[in-house]
Amino acid sequence: MNVWMSLQDPNTQWVLFGCMLLGLSGGVLGSFAFLRGRSLMGDALAHAALPGVCLVYLLTGSKSVGLFLIGAAIAGLVATTCITAITRHTRIKEDTALAITLSVFFGIGIVLLTFIQHSPTGNQSGLDKFLFGQAASLVSGDVTQMIIVSIVLLSITTLLFKEFTLLTFDPGYGRGLGFPMGLLDSLLMLMLLTAVVIGLQAVGVVLMAAMLIAPAVTARYWTDRLSSMVILAGLFGALSGMLGTLFSTQVENLPTGPMIVLAATCFFLFSLLFSPRRGLLFRLLRFLRLRKTILEEDVLCALYEWFELSPAHFLKGCSPESLMEKSGKPLRTLRRALLALQRKGMVDYRKSGGEQPGWIFTAAGLQHAHQLILNQRLWDLYWMNEQQYQALSIDPNKGDFVGQLVPEQLAPILRDLDSYGLTPKLSAIPHPVITRIDQKRKGVSV
Amino acid sequence: MNTLWIILTGALVAASCGFLGCFLILRRMAMLGDAISHAVLPGIVLAFLVSGSRDTLPMLIGAMVAGLLTVFLIQSLHQSGVKTDAAIGVTFTALFSIGVVLVSLYTQQVDLDLDCVLYGEIAYVPWDTWQWGTMDMGPRAVWLIGGVFLLSLLTVGLFYKEIKLCSFDPAMAAAVGIPVLFFHYLLMGLVSLATVASFESVGAILVVAMLVVPAATAYLLTDRLPVMLFLSMGAGILSAGGGYLLATWLDSSIAGAMTAVAGLLFLLSFVFSPRYGLVAKALARRRFRYE
Repeated sequence: MNVWMSLQDPNTQWVLFGCMLLGLSGGVLGSFAFLRGRSLMGDALAHAALPGVCLVYLLTGSKSVGLFLIGAAIAGLVATTCITAITRHTRIKEDTALAITLSVFFGIGIVLLTFIQHSPTGNQSGLDKFLFGQAASLVSGDVTQMIIVSIVLLSITTLLFKEFTLLTFDPGYGRGLGFPMGLLDSLLMLMLLTAVVIGLQAVGVVLMAAMLIAPAVTARYWTDRLSSMVILAGLFGALSGMLGTLFSTQVENLPTGPMIVLAATCFFLFSLLFSPRRGLLFRLLRFLRLRKTILEEDVLCALYEWFELSPAHFLKGCSPESLMEKSGKPLRTLRRALLALQRKGMVDYRKSGGEQPGWIFTAAGLQHAHQLILNQRLWDLYWMNEQQYQALSIDPNKGDFVGQLVPEQLAPILRDLDSYGLTPKLSAIPHPVITRIDQKRKGVSV
Repeated sequence: MNTLWIILTGALVAASCGFLGCFLILRRMAMLGDAISHAVLPGIVLAFLVSGSRDTLPMLIGAMVAGLLTVFLIQSLHQSGVKTDAAIGVTFTALFSIGVVLVSLYTQQVDLDLDCVLYGEIAYVPWDTWQWGTMDMGPRAVWLIGGVFLLSLLTVGLFYKEIKLCSFDPAMAAAVGIPVLFFHYLLMGLVSLATVASFESVGAILVVAMLVVPAATAYLLTDRLPVMLFLSMGAGILSAGGGYLLATWLDSSIAGAMTAVAGLLFLLSFVFSPRYGLVAKALARRRFRYE
């Protein structure tokens, strides 16, 4: 059976639509939960629904889905209250409060479930199906319910987006502005709860938790803006819902709920590895590039300082061995860095007749090294006499020192540097011999 | 006699989980028990598919491997910049889904009942006995969980100082040269072992509850770690006994009732704890107001 064939089936269409809606609202609401550090709240709420469902059955004796949803919602509300009360009134942290509520509620639910099972009139079949979810059994009525709930949830999110943003990032400031933060928090929890309860019958307890977490975490990898994150999370959720459903129609016995979660997990893994800003691969590449730059700058500085100590060798060049002694880096690393610098036209290898060959600066390299050394020594000076330079309001997080100041400010500092005898001794203006060598090299290479 | 065995099993589970749970709470990883108990499913199914039998040992090994994998995945996700709670959530739901998919795909070969694996029934413990030679050594679960309990007691006893330091101040521990990551995995390995050994006989829900609830109860009663460890074991054992009574009275699931009693004990300490309880705090506030 190919994909197109199965799409013709109206039943599949309903399931597909329902799962996409579920992913959409799960992703949108999950983003807020994720940013508030409450990713596992969905898991707790989903487990806490069991006693509610059982109690409704015990009291009414009916197995209507609508009543179950109400029971689950009430139980979830009680669970939310418990979690908030425990974290507010004791020193117990939120994760422990979640775990306590989850397990105790579920335990009570199991007690009730077995109690129903053992009671003479009882028949618990169907109750646990409700909790473990069967997306394939969704019918048009369920999906209509989902559509209505999703539209309500999404429009509330759109209307109160500004307030929810405030709640997510700076509730204290929001309270200062006069927004009812406690009320908004409860509203957000209630919306989360609604999404969970609606999702229960489609994908079940455990997997509903995933629908709240995975799309939100995935979206976080691609953006730094809340608005785009919420949209992306909704998109990822809906896509996972679609892909999972389509896959499960292709293979016999493949359950829909877990396939949706696995699709969402695949999106997450892909983003974890390949997202351009936070992905592991690009972070590794950036790290390697940074390490290379720093190595090259270190070598340039070491070469400069070596020439400073023995200016007589300036035109003869410095041997790798002496540079190794100066910089303390292994010879192989040093050679690699020098060759890279040579390719960039910063240094050159000079074989002057009869003498030992050595590395010398090119004009560009000398200028660059001079800048680096000056910058480094100015920072040293700054940290030595920090009090003295407070009026300059320098940002210590920036690498560049000279660029932060105007020449009038810089002049006295350069004088101070000179009084310590730290002025870089090699002039940045290229030596005529170097200029000649440079020209010769360019002539040869052209 | 059967009653005794059931209560003993429950008490052993409660003691070993409660004991390890103290460290989970202190490290803010309380949801890990829940995560492990779900994530072992693919391990169990694979072990069953490979060995083709329902023996305890292959399943235990499969579950153990899956449990450690969960811990490892959570830790590596956390280190690559994912928040802990999100890392836990993503990992266990994904592994659980794989497990459910495996069960559904091989449903012909796998004679595994999900309810049976994840929601084991403590009431059957006394009949699953261990024959050693011709001697009846008593229920297998008691030996298994008792062994795990002794092992974790021994390990934590040996490395008490190090584990304590790692729990309260990992940065300091790393600074004085303690291999923090090793102790993290050691402790998490013990947690997975306890989870895996317990849930087959008593059900996942009891394990998750016993990992956090008695430890949280103890956390409200004391400020000292050794006292907390003993109180947590005591609270666990008390809930095992009380739960059995409740279950016989209601004619319901024993594991569920034990969980409910543990919740009740937590509620009691939440309200009446001499230092951190609601009543004590309200009294302190009143006294403060009069002064």
